[in-house]
Amino acid sequence: MCSLEKRGNLFILILTGQNGEHRLNPNLFSSIISALSRAKAESTRGSALVTVSHGKFFCNGFDLDWVNAAGSDEETQQRFNLLLDYLKQLVLAFISLPMPTIAAVNGHAAAGGVVLALCHDYVLMRRHRSVLYMIDLDLGIKIPEPFMALFRAKISGSARRDLLLRGLKIKGEEALKMGIVEAVYDGEEEVTNSGIEMADDLAKRNWHGEFYVEIRKGLYSELCDILGIASKAIATPKL
Amino acid sequence: MCTLEKRGNLFILTLTGEDQHRFNPDLISSLLDLLSQVKAQATSGSVLITLAQGKFFSYGFDLDWAQAAGSERGAAKRLQDMADLFKPVIATLLSLPMPTIAAITGHAVAAGFTLALSHDYLIMRKDRGILWMPEVDIAVTLPDYINALFKEKIGDSSVRRDLFLRGLKMKGDEAEKRGVVKAAYDGEAEVREASVCLAENLGKRKWHSEVYAEIRKGLYPQLSAILGLSHKVYAIARL
Repeated sequence: MCSLEKRGNLFILILTGQNGEHRLNPNLFSSIISALSRAKAESTRGSALVTVSHGKFFCNGFDLDWVNAAGSDEETQQRFNLLLDYLKQLVLAFISLPMPTIAAVNGHAAAGGVVLALCHDYVLMRRHRSVLYMIDLDLGIKIPEPFMALFRAKISGSARRDLLLRGLKIKGEEALKMGIVEAVYDGEEEVTNSGIEMADDLAKRNWHGEFYVEIRKGLYSELCDILGIASKAIATPKL
Repeated sequence: MCTLEKRGNLFILTLTGEDQHRFNPDLISSLLDLLSQVKAQATSGSVLITLAQGKFFSYGFDLDWAQAAGSERGAAKRLQDMADLFKPVIATLLSLPMPTIAAITGHAVAAGFTLALSHDYLIMRKDRGILWMPEVDIAVTLPDYINALFKEKIGDSSVRRDLFLRGLKMKGDEAEKRGVVKAAYDGEAEVREASVCLAENLGKRKWHSEVYAEIRKGLYPQLSAILGLSHKVYAIARL
């Protein structure tokens, strides 16, 4: 599922299991969201979070096996809607986390997995053996609004169109060129270690989490309005 | 404080003195006053250049003046007051009926960067000076109009993220490469020369002042709405 490790000022969220595609189902969602609550509760000045995973996949999206195992068409739709709800809560939890966040994408990410990566302030990726794929168009699945707002917030220009309207499997170098990721690395170990190193560097800036999160919400104001978490001015700055 | 000079079709607004040109209520008032004069004298072919003497374009709000209030609450109130007083300066620039150029020959920080960004064109020094939004480092939040300005003026979401969430100190060549400024030059004289040259080229187009302002407002609809700038529809009989 997932585990949360604390190393000094760093929170390391690990999607565990070598063989899994880390597909998002109610269990994994709950696990991640509760890990984020813990990180939030234990956050201090200079905290940072990095999300890593093991194996061939970062996260391959919704657990469609679980969705399709439902007894009826109606229940299938309900299960799918439930996952959409969870994904929205996940986005909310990440956007409200009072510390910088980094996703170290070691392997393939598809659909909800791309959303998971983009929830982070910074995305690092593996150069090879890793693609970002918004499979939704190819599967004939619409992308509902809060997630569209996330894409609008985080990705600009033609990159956004290419990610969502071309069914592209975007490799590391391309993702870098498109401005979707910050940097690419060779090998799973390198991307994970670089993620931790970057988190360390950002943690050293010793930012006040409650201000960091409000500045982030102001930066992504359209998304936050849709999620119902508008940014607020903090009356007493720490001058 | 600041002065206004007219040279043919050019309006030259100068932040005078070798100091940091920090915005306090007095300087803000003077700026507003001079900008109103510019607006009143605008004709077809007018152009505004804003420049500053010394090592600083502007270092933002006068935090010393804010802290002189004597208490944390008092300082916060003074900061809020300055943010409120500054809003009309941005509104006036956004609706100024002529092209505007910021000749950035020194550091443009926080509200100073905001002032520069409120111009149509930014020209900067390559060899000296930075653009910087330090709010994340000094733990203050940003007013809605500043969020909207940056969102609508800077298309690249990674750039906005780097400026706001990383407190990046951006030098001239990076600013030019990443599209934050139009061009960067080595040396103060070169920046001023390039600004005047650009101003002359724009002035030669003899644009209809009011139409220029209306098209500009249309480019920045969210910002215009927040600044309370209404939109006029112009119908021109002859094309």
